[in-house]
Amino acid sequence: MRSTSAGIGLLATLIVSPVFAQTIYPLDRAEILVGARFDLKVEFPGSPALSAVSVTIDGESAEKMLGGSVEYVEREDGQDYAAFLIRNAGLTKPGIHTVVAKAGEKTSTVKWELFDTPNGAAAKNVILFIGDGLSVAHRTAARIMSKGLVEGRYGGELAIDDMPQMALVSTSGTDSVVTDSANAMSAYATGHKTCVNAMGIYCSRAKGNLSHPKVETLGELVKRKRGLAVGVVTNTEIEDATPAGMVAHTRRRADYNDIVKMFHDVKPDIIMGGGSPNFLPKSTPGSKRADEENFVEKFKADGYTFVSTASEMSAAATAGKTKMLGLFNTSNVDGAYDRKFGKGATSKFPDQPDLVDQTKVAIEALAKNENGFMLMVESGRIDKYAHSLDWERSVYDTIMLDNAVKAAKDFAGKRNDTLVIVVPDHAHMVGILGTYDEDLPGGSPREKLGVYEKSKFPQYRPDKDGYPESIDLKQRLAFTFGSYPDHCFDARPHLEGEFVPAVAGPEKGTYVANETACSNTSVRVTGNLPREANTGVHAADDVVLTAMGPGAEAFRGRIDNTRVFRVIATALGLGRE
Amino acid sequence: MRGCGLSRRKVLTVLATLSASSVARADDLEFISFGGLYKSFGVLGYEFADRVRALSGKRVSMAGYMAPPLTAESTFFVLTREPLAICPFCQSDADWPVDILVVYLEQATPLVTAGAKVVVAGELEVGSLADPETGFVSQIRLRHAAYRRA
Repeated sequence: MRSTSAGIGLLATLIVSPVFAQTIYPLDRAEILVGARFDLKVEFPGSPALSAVSVTIDGESAEKMLGGSVEYVEREDGQDYAAFLIRNAGLTKPGIHTVVAKAGEKTSTVKWELFDTPNGAAAKNVILFIGDGLSVAHRTAARIMSKGLVEGRYGGELAIDDMPQMALVSTSGTDSVVTDSANAMSAYATGHKTCVNAMGIYCSRAKGNLSHPKVETLGELVKRKRGLAVGVVTNTEIEDATPAGMVAHTRRRADYNDIVKMFHDVKPDIIMGGGSPNFLPKSTPGSKRADEENFVEKFKADGYTFVSTASEMSAAATAGKTKMLGLFNTSNVDGAYDRKFGKGATSKFPDQPDLVDQTKVAIEALAKNENGFMLMVESGRIDKYAHSLDWERSVYDTIMLDNAVKAAKDFAGKRNDTLVIVVPDHAHMVGILGTYDEDLPGGSPREKLGVYEKSKFPQYRPDKDGYPESIDLKQRLAFTFGSYPDHCFDARPHLEGEFVPAVAGPEKGTYVANETACSNTSVRVTGNLPREANTGVHAADDVVLTAMGPGAEAFRGRIDNTRVFRVIATALGLGRE
Repeated sequence: MRGCGLSRRKVLTVLATLSASSVARADDLEFISFGGLYKSFGVLGYEFADRVRALSGKRVSMAGYMAPPLTAESTFFVLTREPLAICPFCQSDADWPVDILVVYLEQATPLVTAGAKVVVAGELEVGSLADPETGFVSQIRLRHAAYRRA
């Protein structure tokens, strides 16, 4: 807030309006790529007339500096402030820029750092892997289970670990300590932090989910500035936050139909994941649309090959297709565990591709673009299974991520023009406490727990792809969760289906233990989360980034998540015209 | 889908437990299982089973789980194959299954929660419809319905 010595005019304003100063978006300390597009928005409380306000950048009018026209909306959405907007603006001069918004006695100031990429393109291609929710314990468990651990030494390295650069990444957003995948991916894809549930925008006071000030995404930028091919590959629904972050501008990640349209507007060359119902017209049984738009047909009309199975995907790759829409499940693609053991929805969708094959096909197709490519690959269910306290499934999908990264490294290793980054978007509260041993006396989880010298090395017997042949071992890892709803815990793997810890309780909006998981060998665990939580939640812990290739040397020490965008933009030379 | 013979049977055993209400005359009703709803099930949508299409407009019964309702008393709820841990209307990242049935009750009724299994009887309606109040789009519904705990 500004000084309290302001005059009567300010006091009068404060009495009739909510107490907030002018808010300028992008917010203070924003890092902005030269030439990247963004909307400038200033909210003036009390809804003063346009003639009573001024917005300057480095002392010049914002209109002149940004080269756009001003939209001025008094009482935006009926609220007691005026919105000053310059859309689709850009600045070209690197350095610190000072933005000042004045209305009468009230002044707000923010500083933006415009950064250039003076050395041109060090990298032709970027492959960005997101391990959604991938935390250190997932990594350690994946290494133990797929490489083996004997006398304290591992039988091999994970591809995600064996990279020259490493950094700690902090993930908080503009609104909260703990972030979500939308906010987190938006930082990687735009270089700007935003708030929970939002992507490609700053969270302003506007009421419409599509009305907030926008910032340009990587999907848009690399096409517009460099003519790169773009790939968005996941095993979640394609509309889910991480893949959507490559193209989307919305306050609400759950608006899948809007997001499908945004994919179609940006047109990444390779789009692969689950979540077909939001592509289908509402008259088709199974559709989740509210209109008759058929986005599968729209993409086909735009030259995309549509594939719905692993076999169709391989055939399209063999035929040399460079534009593909792959939708392999109505929901998320089944995780590595469920596909290996024929669980989940594999009876309905028996030929879903593995993320590794998706990655290989995407790289092969995108590499045909002579300008290079930007590929985002997400292993998205590491997070979803961490939410459901089903750690083995999380770790199988961590191993799958590792195999996909190995495929990318095989591509990148043959050339010196591809930056490969592996980074989680946020953490979960997880840790490895020891091992459970069925041979220890007693029936309860705590009696079977071995800690310190009783945590003997488990023998998971990985197959050729690094996945344990069985997780139902007499001696197995004790992998624990730090946040949880009420649930029953038996320290046993969930062989038949993903764990459902809690179900809706009698009181609206609250959750209770899922009784089908309770037995005489389980214990009732009282949740440590608000009763409105039905799963575990994200943590604010920093996450580990690893990287290799041209430009990767910029990753070191602790960085904010926005820095990942900056390193990508710098490696690709996106500042150049 | 397999199991057609099982789903075709009349569900005297289940519906015998229903109390005197519009559900109670269910002994004449055909029972449809979730597994029997579709004859094909793919990424590009589903096709309803021939039997389901033939039963459109007739009173039938189904068994499933009531999704957490929007309000404690309502004329509208969603029936799912498995208990849902989340309220699809309330959470931003809800994972709403596709094989669901929308149930319009004959009258506003207190709705059971906590993942209770219910048996519903009502007039089967097949075809795309957006609920005029919530905008919720459904492909298959039971109208003038009543339910009991299973």
